[in-house]
Amino acid sequence: MVEKTLVDAIRDAMDEEMQRDENVFIVGEDVGQRGGVFRATVGLFDKYGSNRVIDSPLAELSIVGVGIGAALYGLKPVCEIQFADFIFPAFNQIISEATKMVYRSNGEWTVPMVIRAPYGGGIGGGLYHSQSIEAYFTHAPGLKVVVPSTPYDAKGLLKAAIRDPNPVLFLEPKKGYRLIKGEVPEDDYCVPIGPANISQQGTDISLFAYGMMHYYALQSAQKLASEGISVEVIDLRTLIPIDKETILNSVKKTGKALIVHEDNLTGGYGGEIAAIIAEHAFTDLDAPVRRLAGPDVPAVPFSHPMQDWYMINEEKITNAARDLANY
Amino acid sequence: MELSSELKKEMYWMMLLSRRLDERAWVLHRQGKIAFHISGIGHEAAQVGAAFALKKGFDWVTPYYRDLALMLCLGLTPREFVLSLMGKSGDPSSGARQMPSHFSLRRVNAVSHSAPVATQTVHAAGIGLAIKMKKEDKVVLTTIGEGSTSQGEWYEGVNWAAVHQLPVIFLVQNNQYAISVPPELQMAVKSSADKACGLGLPGITVDGTDVFEVFDIVSSAVERARTGGGPTLIEARMYRITPHSSDDDDRTYRSREEVEENKKKDPIILIRQKLLDTLVVSEKELQEMDSNAKEIVTEAVKFGEEAPYPSFEEASYPVFVEDVRNG
Ligand SMILES: Cc1ncc(C[n+]2csc(CCOP(=O)(O)OP(=O)(O)O)c2C)c(N)n1
Ligand SMILES: [Mg+2]
Repeated sequence: MVEKTLVDAIRDAMDEEMQRDENVFIVGEDVGQRGGVFRATVGLFDKYGSNRVIDSPLAELSIVGVGIGAALYGLKPVCEIQFADFIFPAFNQIISEATKMVYRSNGEWTVPMVIRAPYGGGIGGGLYHSQSIEAYFTHAPGLKVVVPSTPYDAKGLLKAAIRDPNPVLFLEPKKGYRLIKGEVPEDDYCVPIGPANISQQGTDISLFAYGMMHYYALQSAQKLASEGISVEVIDLRTLIPIDKETILNSVKKTGKALIVHEDNLTGGYGGEIAAIIAEHAFTDLDAPVRRLAGPDVPAVPFSHPMQDWYMINEEKITNAARDLANY
Repeated sequence: MELSSELKKEMYWMMLLSRRLDERAWVLHRQGKIAFHISGIGHEAAQVGAAFALKKGFDWVTPYYRDLALMLCLGLTPREFVLSLMGKSGDPSSGARQMPSHFSLRRVNAVSHSAPVATQTVHAAGIGLAIKMKKEDKVVLTTIGEGSTSQGEWYEGVNWAAVHQLPVIFLVQNNQYAISVPPELQMAVKSSADKACGLGLPGITVDGTDVFEVFDIVSSAVERARTGGGPTLIEARMYRITPHSSDDDDRTYRSREEVEENKKKDPIILIRQKLLDTLVVSEKELQEMDSNAKEIVTEAVKFGEEAPYPSFEEASYPVFVEDVRNG
């Protein structure tokens, strides 16, 4: 096995799937010759040609809407939204069309497509290159929502997403594109969409995170271990469908739950996890469920001190986890 | 192209059948037997002319809610339409999940559409892209009302098809109203076909009450698309003879005199006269066709009334492809 960055693992997944299935194609802004602004599609244009790696007009709703049309026809589009912040022009096509197609046609029509979107802050991107957008989409039945946090999972989950017969929103923590490295097998494997991953066993508290926050959560757990606090870290990996069983089993063991996301607090996905725990593990709890999330301001500000104030980091997670452990 | 008498009669028959079925829907609504109807009365010539220019079951269609005549030409049966009117089990468009006239018929490549207008335009571009990628000689027809060409989605769909020279025919049915709003408040051009010059494709305006003229124009657009010549934008003009839907009171925005005046250009009356004048049919034949249509419609309504409703449990699925149940 070789060590790879997150973005390299994502490219490998697309490359392998395009090789395996001629119906898979990529469409998005600057994905062709440029290889994507984050270089996620580098080399694929040369390898597969302009017919299968398509530089779209600068228009997100039709990147998704044209993808839906191609998927209805039987192709497998992988649509790239350059930054998750720019997915909103496509909101109608995702919500009104992609998520509802199977239901509204009673299964006659399906939309096997993947929408990839780099999300998240801490990269100096200001309001419109930093957002976390998952909560808008986890609310819509009919869409799977996946957020990998390791190169291994990114490759396996993206391959699973491409093979999935449903629309899948694949959110990539862009701060981790080159920062997060890990072992990635060269061979063909899928990581199933659905199951969460217990990335570290522990007994004192359960720490739930995904994407970039999971990366920091592992660092926090390590630090707290040296203080004698045993943290169980769970990488949710898939937000829809959610792995209730793994969440509840962990809380039943530790009695304490901390949920972390960088998206802002109110209406964030953490509320859903908290509700699942409150409904099904109330009597197992030894402390109130805690959420550590971005502040309720419209988006991440640009200037460094303000950005740092917004962003959740290892230190904030460590403090919150320590507080909860000592409850 | 000179059409055979047989073909002319067939076209008339489809227009007539659609009209009688549509009229019966209004009656059923007045009788309180159905909750909603949205009508294609006045649109039959445009839709039948366009449908006959296609290879049915080979080419693709992304339709809109006024397309009863188009759908009947493609192969939707009067029985099936009545099932959808009544929300009965066996409705092929959605298993009675969608409102009536939200068409879909997988067996003839007529794609499911939603209520948000212009969403289907982008899908047509995507299907066109897929056809081109697969190097097939199919074409896509997509329909829409003139008011809905104000949507950004419409422009994005047409733009895509023009940029990539996709085999798509964009048929706008300009019936002079978008509910109550006239075309002058939708666009600064005389015809939505004039928008084509800004997007880089041919735009043609045609008398949408003349089935043979529509057939001619759409046929040449289909021929061009099929042979790699790219998309065409066609506006067919007619008058919406009925209120927008069974929920609309058109007396609030247009005079009875205006409606009566426009009924003189009812496409059914026009084609009847033309067929008589050119000795394609006799008065007796016309009467026979009338009673045939009536019989078919009456039988379809009886069939619909006797059909069962779906059980409420069916409302719970299919959210994902994994939940689809056949039969
Ligand atoms: C996005 C959206 N906004 C509003 C509506 C409500 N609505 C339904 S039909 C319609 C008018 C459409 O007019 P036009 O496009 O001219 O088609 P027509 O009904 O005249 O055939 C409106 C406003 C809708 N269905 N979708
Ligand atoms: Mg109109």
